[in-house]
Amino acid sequence: MSLTNHRAITPGPGDNPGTVPRDAVRPAGGRQPAVRLTGVSKRYGSGPSAVLALDRVSLTVGQGEFVCLIGASGCGKSTLLSLVAGLDAPSAGEVAVGGRRVAMMFQEPGLMPWLTVTGNVELALRARGVPRAQRRQRTEDLLRMVRLAGFAQRRPHELSGGMRQRVALARALAHDADVLLMDEPFGALDAMTRDLLHDELDRICEEQALTVLFVTHNVREAVRLGDRVIVLSSRPGRVIEQYRVPADGPREINSPQNARLAGAITERLREEMGRHGH
Amino acid sequence: MAIDQALDGLDRLELEPEPPRAERGRLARRAWAAAWPKLLAVALVLAIWELVTLSGWKHYVLKGPGPVFSDLWGQMQHAQLWSTIGVTLRTAAVGYAAALVIGSVVGMLVARIPPLRAAVGSIITGLQSMPSVAWAPFAIVLFGENTAAIMFVVILGAAPSIANGLITGVDYTPPLLLRVGQTMGLRGVARYRFLILPASLPAYVAGLKQGWAFAWRSLMAAELFVSIIGQVSIGQLLNVDQQNLDFAGVSSTIIVILVIGIVVDTLFTKADQSIRRRRGLLQAGAGG
Repeated sequence: MSLTNHRAITPGPGDNPGTVPRDAVRPAGGRQPAVRLTGVSKRYGSGPSAVLALDRVSLTVGQGEFVCLIGASGCGKSTLLSLVAGLDAPSAGEVAVGGRRVAMMFQEPGLMPWLTVTGNVELALRARGVPRAQRRQRTEDLLRMVRLAGFAQRRPHELSGGMRQRVALARALAHDADVLLMDEPFGALDAMTRDLLHDELDRICEEQALTVLFVTHNVREAVRLGDRVIVLSSRPGRVIEQYRVPADGPREINSPQNARLAGAITERLREEMGRHGH
Repeated sequence: MAIDQALDGLDRLELEPEPPRAERGRLARRAWAAAWPKLLAVALVLAIWELVTLSGWKHYVLKGPGPVFSDLWGQMQHAQLWSTIGVTLRTAAVGYAAALVIGSVVGMLVARIPPLRAAVGSIITGLQSMPSVAWAPFAIVLFGENTAAIMFVVILGAAPSIANGLITGVDYTPPLLLRVGQTMGLRGVARYRFLILPASLPAYVAGLKQGWAFAWRSLMAAELFVSIIGQVSIGQLLNVDQQNLDFAGVSSTIIVILVIGIVVDTLFTKADQSIRRRRGLLQAGAGG
């Protein structure tokens, strides 16, 4: 499949057009690229008060790959997801998703409080124009997938935080997306629930062959879930390091291998944060 | 331990246990718990009223609860009272319906179009705080002494509150939900139908409730002002009783006005509570 640019924007003043992005990051061997960012910058505001959120970020996520983005505050992680989702346009560079459907999940579930669990999932199907007859069946399948079939008629406020986030996942999957963007989706959950949801997310991504770009503050979570962990610098956000998670390692948040890798990444992050200290 | 089993167990632990089904005895107790403060308040008012009457203060105007309620009972046996209530309620219903349409359309337009908001947003709030009966003399000149004049006053009383309720609701749609809608691809009419309007509903209903309160008081004032030949409204009934020095009649008419106001307001409160309960904005069992 060839990548088509869904937006191409000329570099803004102050960027150096023509410089080769120094941090092009490629996916693990032989995967088709699904998401490709080339020299992407994002600037908010203009003049002297402008803030550079992302600075010439280049990054490729392979088809079916699970990539975690990690960085301290102000590294533009959420900005990056917004650009990939098409909610915002880059100031320079290009973002290509090759016409793939992109779905997004946020830290808060963002469920419609006036709709039941079923209604929330169905709304996403309806927005896509899925005919009514198919919506019911598809919703049931999706709720079974996130193990909430027994709670179809509940309203969001009657669910626990973890369950709400699973409804949000079902709703994101209802987009029939190839690419799932997740912005700290488990950040507000307790550790026990989060660990269980890691297993669930693993299973679902495998089943659905999803490409995932996952933003988190939690290094262990990144190592637990990702095929690759990409470390961003802060203000402006740049790719400063990437780590490949061994594919044959145990998928267990507290395994010694994970802890070792997480330790190395944490060290790198601290070094980066120290750059901003006095 | 399989994940699904652990997850299922966690789900059940995290959910609040289902409240036990209300049995008949419990239902009666709950009804009593809701009713006794109201009954007590009514009894207190009646007692104070009776005491004031017994003291003989302005005895030619102030009639006690006994004569007033027997007058009311007597009036309720006659068609006159019911046709009077009918005339007033018809004006209220038509006027409120017109205010609903006008307020909703204006509210939607103002919420959607920023220049329009800058132009008329503060005028709406100004109209809302203005006692709309101030328009009555103007309305009489404009429409003559007829129902249209009364309707005009009622609409000016209710429509600004309804418009403002809708505008508030649209403004306070949570930004996260708007972002979610954007990622879903909800655009144009669908965005309003499935996202912004349902999200605005609680504030809109609050506006409707306030609109009713303003409509009802505007209507009473306007009816006192505007006498229509061949048509007796509640306001006119008050006028007639006063002119005939029938003060028991005046008092029973006041009770009728109060009761109608309370009954309709209760309907709005119930609607408001059921919306809030469904959205988890109200604790189960709260409110009366």
